Amino acid sequence: MSSVTITVNGKEYRREVEPRMTLADFLRHELGLTGTHLGCEHGVCGACTVLIDGRTGRSCLTFAVQADGCSITTIEGLASEDGTLNSLQQAMQEHHGLQCGFCTPGVLMTLTELLSDVPSPSEEQVREALTGNLCRCTGYSGMVAAALQAAKSMQSERG
Amino acid sequence: MKPAPFEYHRPRTLDEAVELMATLDNPKVLSGGQSLVPMMNFRYVMPDHIVDISGIAEISGISRQGDEIRIGAFTRQREIEFSELIRDAAPLFQAGLKHVGHRQTRNRGTIGGSLAHADPSAELPTVCLAHDAVIEIAGQAGRREVPMREFNLGFMTTAVGYDEVLAGIRFRPWRPGHGYSFQEFARRHGDFAIVGAAVLLEVDAGGVVERCAVALCGTGVGPVRLDQVEAMLAGRRLDDSLIEAAGRAAGDVDAHEDFHASAAYRQHLAQVLTMRALREAGARAASGRS
Amino acid sequence: MGAKQFGARVERFEDKRLLTGKGRFIDDIALPGTLEAAFLRSPHGHARFTRIDASAALGMPGVRAVFTAQDLPGVMATQPIPLIVPNPALKASPTQHCLAVDEVCYVGQAVAVVIADSRYQAEDALSAIDVDYDPLPAVSDLAAAASPDAPRVHVSLESNVVASFPMVSGDVDAAFAGAPHVFKEKIWQHRGGGMAMETRGVLADYDEREDMLSVWTASQTPHIGRRILADLLQRNPDQIRVKAPDVGGGFGPKAIFYPEEAVIAACALMMRRPVKWIEDRREHFLCATQERDQHWDVEIACDDDGRILGVRGSLLHDTGAFVPWGIIMPYIASTTMPGPYVLPAYRLDVTIVLTNKVATTPVRGAGRPQAVFAMERLMDRAARELGIDRAEIRRRNMIRPEQMPYAVGLVFRDGKPLVYDSGDYPKGQAVALEKADYEGFEARRREAAAQSRYIGIGIANYVEGTGLGPYEGVSVRVLQDGKVMVASGATSQGQGTETTLAQIVAEELGCRIEDVVVTLGDTRAIPDGIGAFASRLAVNAGNSAATAGKVVRQQVVDLAARVLGVAPEDIDIEDGRAISRHGNRESITFGELARFSQGQPGFSFAPGQGVGLQHTAYFTPTQATYCSGTHVCEVEVDIETGGIKILRYTVAHDSGRIINPLIVDGQVQGGVSHGIGNALLEWMKYDESAQPVTTTFADYLLPMATDVPTCDIVHVETPTPLNPLGVKGAGEGGTIPAAAAIISAIEDALSPFGVTFSETPLTPDRIVEKLAKAGAYRWKGTA
Repeated sequence: MSSVTITVNGKEYRREVEPRMTLADFLRHELGLTGTHLGCEHGVCGACTVLIDGRTGRSCLTFAVQADGCSITTIEGLASEDGTLNSLQQAMQEHHGLQCGFCTPGVLMTLTELLSDVPSPSEEQVREALTGNLCRCTGYSGMVAAALQAAKSMQSERG
Repeated sequence: MKPAPFEYHRPRTLDEAVELMATLDNPKVLSGGQSLVPMMNFRYVMPDHIVDISGIAEISGISRQGDEIRIGAFTRQREIEFSELIRDAAPLFQAGLKHVGHRQTRNRGTIGGSLAHADPSAELPTVCLAHDAVIEIAGQAGRREVPMREFNLGFMTTAVGYDEVLAGIRFRPWRPGHGYSFQEFARRHGDFAIVGAAVLLEVDAGGVVERCAVALCGTGVGPVRLDQVEAMLAGRRLDDSLIEAAGRAAGDVDAHEDFHASAAYRQHLAQVLTMRALREAGARAASGRS
Repeated sequence: MGAKQFGARVERFEDKRLLTGKGRFIDDIALPGTLEAAFLRSPHGHARFTRIDASAALGMPGVRAVFTAQDLPGVMATQPIPLIVPNPALKASPTQHCLAVDEVCYVGQAVAVVIADSRYQAEDALSAIDVDYDPLPAVSDLAAAASPDAPRVHVSLESNVVASFPMVSGDVDAAFAGAPHVFKEKIWQHRGGGMAMETRGVLADYDEREDMLSVWTASQTPHIGRRILADLLQRNPDQIRVKAPDVGGGFGPKAIFYPEEAVIAACALMMRRPVKWIEDRREHFLCATQERDQHWDVEIACDDDGRILGVRGSLLHDTGAFVPWGIIMPYIASTTMPGPYVLPAYRLDVTIVLTNKVATTPVRGAGRPQAVFAMERLMDRAARELGIDRAEIRRRNMIRPEQMPYAVGLVFRDGKPLVYDSGDYPKGQAVALEKADYEGFEARRREAAAQSRYIGIGIANYVEGTGLGPYEGVSVRVLQDGKVMVASGATSQGQGTETTLAQIVAEELGCRIEDVVVTLGDTRAIPDGIGAFASRLAVNAGNSAATAGKVVRQQVVDLAARVLGVAPEDIDIEDGRAISRHGNRESITFGELARFSQGQPGFSFAPGQGVGLQHTAYFTPTQATYCSGTHVCEVEVDIETGGIKILRYTVAHDSGRIINPLIVDGQVQGGVSHGIGNALLEWMKYDESAQPVTTTFADYLLPMATDVPTCDIVHVETPTPLNPLGVKGAGEGGTIPAAAAIISAIEDALSPFGVTFSETPLTPDRIVEKLAKAGAYRWKGTA
């Protein structure tokens, strides 16, 4: 067993884990943060995407021991303390960017990184960014529209 | 799809890593994990020990050393993708990286991992081959170097010994303003290439080819340099008919067959993509001179 | 009156929890003391086996038990899962055993289950279990399987042909004899799957004190699951509770009852601890049911004007190793072929054959996409040969709206004559063509050609039977706190059923939509149910919700009138409040009325007063109701690589009256993405030993955000007279004609080369192969 100290959504956790426990399973079962989902466990579907030190990564392809000392952000860390949805989450709701919701956690983290790196993305850039996330329900149009709208509202929030 | 149990090691130095690889039973180096961990999750690969090289500073980073560029094995693909040094000196890396996986993959994946994993369709080994990169390998006997041409030994098998660690690559960049192109055909954005073509080109004021490198991925067990095509291009003006002839020659490459694509289709793509890469590299080389 | 809910773009209830990571999918449910399961699966396409030695596995860390068939309780050890949808045409109906007894018939079939403290440890133990397999020849190719000297897919079944039947209307031989034009097509439509992003999963827990077995399952059909569990476990169904939690996509494969559901339930009973099994993606590729692999050999007879005189041919369908849902899919395909066209004579001879692969069952479209593909290829062929515009030839053959209701002359899968109830097919096509600027396409093509680019346009029509019975009940109950509890056997895997039912109830009952609490797919909440499949919930559950809402509204009115001392006609309902029209407009809330309706001990109710404010309604449709639509697709083909880009996609969609346009548009857009997958990407491949070859998402290709354009969707609403709401189903229309429209567009783009295509998916190498043969490459082509 290995000792790890991992900060998740701003809160520090210290745990003993088997080296082979994936970060995804650590988040879901060790910490009870079941918002991050496992869709394939081989690095294609993207449902397990989280931010690792601010950068998206597939938590199914990362061992918890590799995240020792890192800061992770998951879908549970997006809304504010009182539960108010952020601009991206609101836009996803308005534009029907989710149906079953299973791919949604990964999609939100990917779009969060995109909008942080590219505040005014084109539709093509949004679609390209989303190729790392498979969705079987929506046909992607809603989440693309949501990303473009969120970009606008975040820009005007910044003033 | 959970991996089999293993013990985890995170050495601080390259020597420590080498020591672990040489003394442990059934160890595997863990770099970015984007290729290795899926195989572990499928239990295709079941190492008893994982040697995580992410903490070894000396094998991380991009630097200019004299007239060479050095990239440490544990350099994230993302770093190469956004590096100004690479953009100016070796933009073929960035052209190839556009096709590598997805944002999440490149954030975590490393150049060393890609080279050591040696997927026949991988873009980075192809770019290294076009640049005649030298691969630095660390073992118990010390450091040794293997030219990229001799690096791939078979299907997903490289010159890195079971008790060695790939430390980095170095190469001499081509002339400023050189032409380059990476053309690939994949079924979807970011998928493994069915075939990819990488071209580097230097031309004189009259458009005559002074130097060129043409490499393909996806046709054989590893990337291949098309020496005959390069010989055909050397010293001649790069015009449409030369490009077509080069394409035809590229289409003669030996290609394998699998359930993704037939040999004939790969050869066809080799032809098409080599021509497209030559056109694009040629245009860049011409404007690079001005 | 309050906000109008029906037809409004109401944002979904489900979203808040799903957007904040608070969804409750099967693997999110944590019960203390849960053990985890892993299944040992056959590596062979066909084999007999004798001994299973789990002794080494039992000694491994964390392993609590290993069970094989003989350890299973009740009849599970020896009896296979019952056949859900029987059909007289079935000569044999092999269904799967919960754990294989002595024979495995496809790679992945479960032979044993390991129960351990963690999934990691359970998987460790799998490799320590020894099975004495005696491999047998495995049948992989469906055409070969049909041959009389093919090896047996099942040791006990002499023939691999499990059913054959003709689907006939009119006199097809007379139609073809003397027809001026006859065109034949051979079409191959490959295997593919639903591939929801969430795999399957089951969690079972036995409460000894209550003698209650609870089973949570990522299923589209929990009520049917309970019936089957009751039979297999030989248990009183009321002592079994089955609930579908949030489910991450269904698309058909999760409507099937699987052996793992029964095995995990049995394990919970045997272990006296909760047992959970979460399928991994590799298992899903091996064992979740798929769709099709079909050979169509069909021909069309036309007159000089392109009017159809008849269509006939044969369909060979691969059902895999078992028939969990009988022959539903090819049956539906055979009745879908006529589509929106007047078809004077039709005969399709359907043969259903076993192979040593996982079973095929309905996946989004349920056989209709394949039938539409075959029919629309024939229409394109006739158009091309006769020199008639593809839209025009279709228009000439369309059933006119004045002809509704239109008897097609066939019997549908619900056992009733196939009668189209409503629809305006010419209008649908016209609207789609206009929106797609079909008229302007030739100019676009010329412009592209000037840049050496090849673009094409394709069109396809469909008619789809939806809203199948027998029922889907909805119960509505007003509680003393004013909350309105709605329960239904309907389930949701993303369709937004929670929201649409809330909309309907809120509108009919007159409460605030925020006060509605919907419980779906829980056998504890409503005793009888069927589930989600075949685009049936809007019709069935929607109408039940409307009826129940209306009935309870009347109860509210009547009780309020009594309480407020006025006549029922003088009561207005607004936002959960009953208001008297008299004097100072005294009012009373639904919650307060609910208290009244519970009565007071010892006191009598007024004559006619009912108990509670509640009603359960079960709408039972008399027959299917028929949706229709037209898809128009514009593509660009890279003739050098065979790469395809979809430039533009237009859908005219008629699913009757629309409850929530946001949700319906989402279903169409999502359906189109499945259609794009079917057309260009999704091919579940097996080798000659029936070993699955495409078992990862790197090999089985799903459409990405760069593959699916945002569709232009136009709604044509022809309400149905068959149910009070006038609604039809909307879940599959986006998929059904998509492959046909896309392949049609590719063929159109490549018309300068005269190449034609009749397979799905159509892959780039096949395009290049045909172009090379047609001499498209002036430099050296490849053979």
